[in-house]
Amino acid sequence: SFMQGSKLEMPLWLAKGLHDSKRRIISVELPKIYKEAWRTVFSADANVVDLHKMGPYYYGFGSQLLNFDNTENPQIAQTAFASLPQTFISRFRGIMDSSQNAYNEDTSALVARLDELERALFRAGQKGLNDFQCWEKGQASQITASTLVQNYGKRKLAELDA
Amino acid sequence: SDAKSGRTELIFLIRFRHCCLLRNQRCILAYLYDRLLRIRALRWECGSVLPNTIQFHMSAEEVEWFNCYKKSLATYMRSVGGEEGLDLTQDLKPPKSLYIEVRCLRDYGEFEIDDGTTILLKKNSQHFLPRWKCEQLIRQGVLEHILV
Repeated sequence: SFMQGSKLEMPLWLAKGLHDSKRRIISVELPKIYKEAWRTVFSADANVVDLHKMGPYYYGFGSQLLNFDNTENPQIAQTAFASLPQTFISRFRGIMDSSQNAYNEDTSALVARLDELERALFRAGQKGLNDFQCWEKGQASQITASTLVQNYGKRKLAELDA
Repeated sequence: SDAKSGRTELIFLIRFRHCCLLRNQRCILAYLYDRLLRIRALRWECGSVLPNTIQFHMSAEEVEWFNCYKKSLATYMRSVGGEEGLDLTQDLKPPKSLYIEVRCLRDYGEFEIDDGTTILLKKNSQHFLPRWKCEQLIRQGVLEHILV
């Protein structure tokens, strides 16, 4: 049993389920990455921030936080979430460029500081690049073994080794 | 007022439990749906007969679902492309020529082609064969498509 006014950490899905502006069961405090201090960092140069470390689902989670209408500080909520698309815009160009130009190389340094949404975009860019190169080499018409067969072969080798 | 605070606590507890149940349900559904998507992909990768090793890991409902999907796909393919229908699971990569060069990756045995002649598919042998006959074997990993 919890006393009124106690502070806890809980997963988003639970907070969403319990939140009700009419009944006032819980109130949600924004994680610090979405607060004032960090926002100045983002507006200075969004590209240096390690969004993977700061919560790998920065954009998705941030959008979910909009569910909890912070009736105490509507201003803060507004400015906090306005910075999300701004951050995305400033980082996007770099991601697009690097994903389209890194062919056949180790990209771990490029994706290290990206959150999951950005990583998915990067992968999409890479796939486009690889498919195009494959087509240029004339391999687009080459029939290949199904991925299932390829993986099954790898597993068999692994079992033999073990 | 005791009754009222008791009621508020009850509401909290009910909501909490309900949240947990919904969450569990979402997780289960996500897992099952992911499995379904993979099973659907199997029809396109392995053809209409599933290898036993895979079928062993599927539930009866999933096998049933696969059969229904197979049937829907077949009905659809028959309905497009005129009288004979159109096999959409063939030529998944744009074909450049009617005949292709293939190398055998493992011993397969005898293989009959349309004009009646049989070819012996032995490991490392190379052949020049009609594309539509080889496609299945290449996807199964028996043959390898060589580009010239």
